[in-house]
Amino acid sequence: MLNSSSVLEFKSTTFFTPTLVLNSNDIAAIELSLQEKINLAPDFFKHSPLVIDVRELNRSELDFSVTEIVETLRRIGLFPIGLRGGTEQQNSQAQKLSIPVDAGRDHDNSGVAHQSRGAGDVAAASMETPAADETDAESEAVAITSTNAGLSDQSAAPAVPVRSMVVTQPVRSGQRIYAQGDLVVMSQVSAGAEIMAEGNIHVYNTLRGRALAGVQGNTSARIFCLDLQAELVSIAGDYKTSEHITKEMQKKPVQIYLQDHALIINEIA
Amino acid sequence: MARIIVVTSGKGGVGKTTTSAAIAMGLAKRGQKTAVIDFDVGLRNLDLIMGCERRVVYDFINVINGEASINQALIRDKNCSQLYILPASQTRDKDALTLEGVGRVLDELSKDFKYIVCDSPAGIEKGANLALYYADDAFVVTNPEVSSVRDSDRMLGILASKSRRAERNEDPVREYLLLTRYDPNRVKSGEMLGLDDVQDILSLQLLGIIPESKTVLTASNAGIPVILDEKSEAGRAYEDVVARYLGEDRPHRFIDDKRGFFRKLFGGRL
Repeated sequence: MLNSSSVLEFKSTTFFTPTLVLNSNDIAAIELSLQEKINLAPDFFKHSPLVIDVRELNRSELDFSVTEIVETLRRIGLFPIGLRGGTEQQNSQAQKLSIPVDAGRDHDNSGVAHQSRGAGDVAAASMETPAADETDAESEAVAITSTNAGLSDQSAAPAVPVRSMVVTQPVRSGQRIYAQGDLVVMSQVSAGAEIMAEGNIHVYNTLRGRALAGVQGNTSARIFCLDLQAELVSIAGDYKTSEHITKEMQKKPVQIYLQDHALIINEIA
Repeated sequence: MARIIVVTSGKGGVGKTTTSAAIAMGLAKRGQKTAVIDFDVGLRNLDLIMGCERRVVYDFINVINGEASINQALIRDKNCSQLYILPASQTRDKDALTLEGVGRVLDELSKDFKYIVCDSPAGIEKGANLALYYADDAFVVTNPEVSSVRDSDRMLGILASKSRRAERNEDPVREYLLLTRYDPNRVKSGEMLGLDDVQDILSLQLLGIIPESKTVLTASNAGIPVILDEKSEAGRAYEDVVARYLGEDRPHRFIDDKRGFFRKLFGGRL
């Protein structure tokens, strides 16, 4: 049955993994604060794989032990599966613990702290989600910054390829949808509903609820809708409530984007 | 197999129990053996509206707990031999309901009955969730005012995500709109939302509009489902609802003072 050539194959895949950005080297404080987050959503964090980002620590020249951090995380039920931004010495500590290191490019760091904060908020909120469309709430829910592939191929990380999510049913009041890529909604989004995407949001109907695009900090994300009656629109954290959406744009087909931290709403002619 | 109908709304006081009693009676009068179950454990009302409160011996919770058989608890309606009522317990609360227990009772009723009408309690908590969990069809009862419409929208979201059909990825629960306590004059004066406004938000198949009517209260107090009052507009509107649910094509009425208006408006679509 098994043909020798099909026993295994190598593929290149991109995974999304939560990244834990450390801003302090105080292990006790880290543990306490993580425990608080976990208590908010025990199932979500249970056995959650994560990548430890220590760039901030090294930038602030704070002293710490990778071994100690890893042990703490493991003790509270998390699976550290990678280290990002470590020094040579830290990287070798990590490798001794069989934790791969991301030696890669140092990305633009400015948004990092901000992102992690935003992500935590969403994670906590996500837990109350009554929504239907969350096929995989665990991996879908949040605190997710993209991390490079090679890292997690050997890990137990749930694999979620980025793709756009298409919703054809109406999104009713109280429902919440989170897309890791773009989100396309063909039906109406009711007042009291919340749709979020790391990428763009398209609503080919009336948008009455809240729409948050670029929730992981993607400032070039946009929102498009055919009939704008939203309670709130947000891109990468900058938002406008319906009170601040001018009358001229209400009930119009519009696109919404970010320019110098200002939300621009334009009618699509 | 019975068809399970849930009558739900989210908001209280919109007419769920009145509607449950009316449509159960309407179905039964057409010869369809029907059971109507009061899910409002602790705030038992359906038996009053059905006029059988003095004949309650065992209740829904007794059956769930195995303290009585389903046949002991079912009360046959005095007006229609095809209609049976399963009353709620007044001394317990919603925690006495269990998913498994409710499922067992519905399964057993399914063997004998054609339709099972579940009268949901208000709110979005356990009682309401269990009432809709096993549903095949949902009658969403809405008043023409914003908070009721918002709550109905929320209920529709729950139907689409938490019902058994949703969990099993089966065909979704069929959702119908029932607009109750509708007063054309107040709509005209702008005090009430119009049908169009409601449909703009909910976009559901409209099963009927029940006009605000004094006869509803009178009928409730007398313990006679309003559908039996053929002289009342509300009674006739419920009669239409049942007919449309069973597939008959009837023009909508009571939406405006002029009768013909409706036919023009909906003739093509419904």
